Amino acid sequence: MTNMAEDLKAEAPFAGAGLAPTPEDRRRSQRRNSTRERKARTTDYVIYGVLAVLVVGLMVPFIWMVSSSLKENNQVLTVPIQWIPSEFVWSNYTDIWTRIPMMGYLQNSLYLAVIITCLQVLTGSLAAYGFSKVRFPGRDVLFLAYIGTIAVPWQAYMVPQYIMMQNLGLTNSFNALILLQAFGAFGVFLMRQYYMTIPDELCEAARIDGLSEYGIWARVILPLSKPALASLALLTFVNTWNDYMGPFIYLTSNRLWTVQLGLRSFVGQFDAEYAMIMTGSVISVIPILIIFLVGQRYFIQGIATSGMKG
Amino acid sequence: MTTKTLPPVAPAVGRGNRKQARRNTLIGWSFILPNFLGFLAFTLIPVVAAFALSFMEWTSFSAPKWVGLANFERMLASDSFWIALRNTVVYALGHVPLTMALALVLAMLLNRKLKGIGFFRVAIFFPYITSLVAVAVVWNMLFSPDNGPINQFLQTIGIANPPGWTSSSDWAMPAVIITSVWRDMGYYMVLYLAGLQAIPTELYEAAEVDGASPWQRFWNVTIPSLRPTTFFVVVMLTVSSFKVFDLIIVMTNGGPGRSTTVLSQLIYQEGIGEGKFGYSSAISLVLFLIVLTVTVLQFKIQQRRER
Repeated sequence: MTNMAEDLKAEAPFAGAGLAPTPEDRRRSQRRNSTRERKARTTDYVIYGVLAVLVVGLMVPFIWMVSSSLKENNQVLTVPIQWIPSEFVWSNYTDIWTRIPMMGYLQNSLYLAVIITCLQVLTGSLAAYGFSKVRFPGRDVLFLAYIGTIAVPWQAYMVPQYIMMQNLGLTNSFNALILLQAFGAFGVFLMRQYYMTIPDELCEAARIDGLSEYGIWARVILPLSKPALASLALLTFVNTWNDYMGPFIYLTSNRLWTVQLGLRSFVGQFDAEYAMIMTGSVISVIPILIIFLVGQRYFIQGIATSGMKG
Repeated sequence: MTTKTLPPVAPAVGRGNRKQARRNTLIGWSFILPNFLGFLAFTLIPVVAAFALSFMEWTSFSAPKWVGLANFERMLASDSFWIALRNTVVYALGHVPLTMALALVLAMLLNRKLKGIGFFRVAIFFPYITSLVAVAVVWNMLFSPDNGPINQFLQTIGIANPPGWTSSSDWAMPAVIITSVWRDMGYYMVLYLAGLQAIPTELYEAAEVDGASPWQRFWNVTIPSLRPTTFFVVVMLTVSSFKVFDLIIVMTNGGPGRSTTVLSQLIYQEGIGEGKFGYSSAISLVLFLIVLTVTVLQFKIQQRRER
């Protein structure tokens, strides 16, 4: 059983367009090496040059953000532009914690992102199993309802959602956001896409071995779908962390605010504190950067497979 | 062993074993239920409710009452609706072609094996997953009318009176569009990269043998082969443009004046801000119909091309 699983994993059609070079890239490069090697190499240098300029150009906002976060306020918008601070004001990074309740904001964001991600991954992968591996009447109609709502912009039904939460007395609480975001159709869709690529014969064999459906889900399908689970978890986590509209609509008291809300309100209150605003921005982006660098492969694969933003 | 050959839960194919089918239904539902309950209560019902509400008069102070098309009549007569619709269309007209073109160019540049190409791809993708608030805050500062880096740059290349960007009602929308193009193009680049890598190299080799110039190869091999990807990208981009919301709220909050107010924001203001549940749902329905029409229309065009 495990061997079969390993083989399948190797062949899983999940290795779409990664950012890492694919076998296709490699094949092309080999072909290039065999012919017209010299000319190709010169072109390579030109391409490197172009790419380097391009990437630096596109990264200017980030460079500016980091550089400004280490300046005094009056050094941020100077003529001419100071790309490297004349004096590094590291104290911005220690002062911000007392200036605004940054730690509380980070904790709130983390709490929401973790709970929503766990629920989404768990219920999504369970439902995806029901939709792809168990046959029963009405299944496909039901799935169509899931797909159908993905096509409806959520802004179109945010008002009924809000009325509902108001009646349940859940506005201004984390529970509203958890309930609204943990059961999304997106997770079910993404996991089902992946489960469809796992051959039914595998489940069949497990059934003959006497495994219950729940056993098959837990011991056959879940271990096989680690890449898809990782994609869904990372996409959900980052989406929740970055979400602005949800917290903006539902969380009114400062102690519940997420990083995004806290940062936005800081900008609104102290719009001349340029340097400190940039410090806050850097801090809000760092967790995402770390997660992205660690799980970069799964990220892109998830997006390329589902073709969809979470 | 022989008794076990009949698996405990066989998929209900073949002759209808009623008991088996019922059991499968039960098991199937037990898997779906945890997600479905949440989905039903917080997505499906609100979607249906939004439709119904658009034909009702309902505010936070009054009971719901059926009013037929009155909400729509009021909407069509309202200034803010047309302004928001116009702004949304302007945003889409800027955002869609620019993002698409730049994403394609980037994908073509990055579709090659070079040492460290992965780094370039990651770097260009990163803005897409950076939090919107940080993006908006940084760009707002870059766009700062006096002494902002962008205007300083424009002055050095000879533009004496650079625009006021987010503080000017004519230039706020272009500023928002530039920011959103910068943010989104990495994502569509990934989609294009997938499309480019699916083109067989043999096609290019054949074209080269036939003496096609790089430009001809681009127009006659790359572009036609990318048609399915392009179709997908256009649909996704258009739909996401019409849904634009958080970027506007964070960057300009619809201002200055109403120069960047968009449909989603109007729904929010009327529905949640002022508690006009019925009226805001009418605008929601329009937003939904636009998104639906765009998708169906593009599907039709794609089908005709393929024939």
